[in-house]
Amino acid sequence: MRSKVMAEVVLAVGMVTLTFPLLAHHGTAAFENDKKITVKGTVTEWLWSNPHCLLQFDVKGDDGKVVHWVGETQNPVSMTNVGWSKAAIKSGDEVTVTILQVKNGLPLGRVVSVALPNGKTLLSGEGESREVREKLEREAREARPN
Amino acid sequence: MSLASKLLNLVRVLVMVLVPALAFLSVTLGSPVALGRSKRPQQPPAPAVKDQKSAAVKGQKTAPAPAPRHDLSGTWEPANGPSEGIQPDGVKAMPNDGKPEHQLPYTPYGLQTYKSHHALFGPDENLPEFNNDPRDKCEPLGFPRMNFYNLRETQILQNEYKVAILYEYGTAWRIIWTDGRELPKMVDGGVAVGGETKEPRYYGYSVGKWVDDTTLVVQTVGMMGEERVWLDTAGRPISDQVRVEERLHRVDHDHLDWTVTINDPKMYTKPWVAMDKFPMKLEDPHRDVMEQYCSPSEMENYNKTFAHPASAPAGQAPQR
Repeated sequence: MRSKVMAEVVLAVGMVTLTFPLLAHHGTAAFENDKKITVKGTVTEWLWSNPHCLLQFDVKGDDGKVVHWVGETQNPVSMTNVGWSKAAIKSGDEVTVTILQVKNGLPLGRVVSVALPNGKTLLSGEGESREVREKLEREAREARPN
Repeated sequence: MSLASKLLNLVRVLVMVLVPALAFLSVTLGSPVALGRSKRPQQPPAPAVKDQKSAAVKGQKTAPAPAPRHDLSGTWEPANGPSEGIQPDGVKAMPNDGKPEHQLPYTPYGLQTYKSHHALFGPDENLPEFNNDPRDKCEPLGFPRMNFYNLRETQILQNEYKVAILYEYGTAWRIIWTDGRELPKMVDGGVAVGGETKEPRYYGYSVGKWVDDTTLVVQTVGMMGEERVWLDTAGRPISDQVRVEERLHRVDHDHLDWTVTINDPKMYTKPWVAMDKFPMKLEDPHRDVMEQYCSPSEMENYNKTFAHPASAPAGQAPQR
């Protein structure tokens, strides 16, 4: 029992510390990699493009003021490899986005996950362990037609 | 004129017309040029059509079949996952991670050139706005960087004259001649081919030789110089004096190892291995490979919308 608990602790610590940045295009100089925040908003554009896809969305604060966020993901090939697609997110979708915000405090960041109106949550693999990412890749591969 | 005379004349005419015509046809059609054949010495032809389905695709749980002889054809992907070939930190076997064992044997000029490169990765990484990677201007990556950046699903096609490698990134391809020709010699301004000086190319001039039944050794010279290309995404340099050796070894029917050695006396004091038996596995031959491209307009939009504001110092962020 004790060893099982220890194993779970080790696994949990591993999940937190051994994150696996993908970073096909740029490094981490602009990011606080451990600072995840979660916001709810309305998608204004999901741009399937290189070198990174861009998710733009508006977040309405308690004071009624709207903040426009831009989240980047990896490129279309890498996102396809973890089960995302151009058609998966639509303008007008009400979404909950977890994001690694940039250091300068602007409403910009790297998208970790997007909870969609249909109840499905897309995970990018950013800020996650290598094992999590590999699991996402395996599942996407099995689901993908040739 | 008698009938006999007429027949004799007809025979004379036929001889005058047909003999030269037949001689002409035998010279032209019979020649290697007319038949589209090279005069170069031939290696034994590869076996005609191969089964390109891996054991996994066939649903077999048995060990893969042995490697076919002199045959690399198929659609391949990094065996350890689709992200393994991205290599953002630099070449796979020698990432630019600050570890002493990964320090490259720079010449003074090589080190100076490395320092002039403002990469987005590695111990000397820069914010997106301040990098000067030619990749971000959508310049061709060139060879050997094609092997060291986003090496993903890779199609290899071959016939008895050449091996073609079709890369996913940039929809770029290379030709490796296996028709017995010699590797061009490096000369000032490019390479010497048949007494002519030919211009440097982004993807160089490649010649391959089968050193055994399952290993193709490829030599490549004649690439662009350091003013046009980088070696990897961590800003390591490469020059027009580089000679690259690749060993493509088909371990069994479903697996391929890829090794790349860099020999660039202008940048490095000795040859070194940049990719060491990088494993690739055979994919379903029906696989439709995606595009991964660099578009100047998409890059401009990305920089304007994300990279530039993300790079701004705190408190000096641009208004959006």
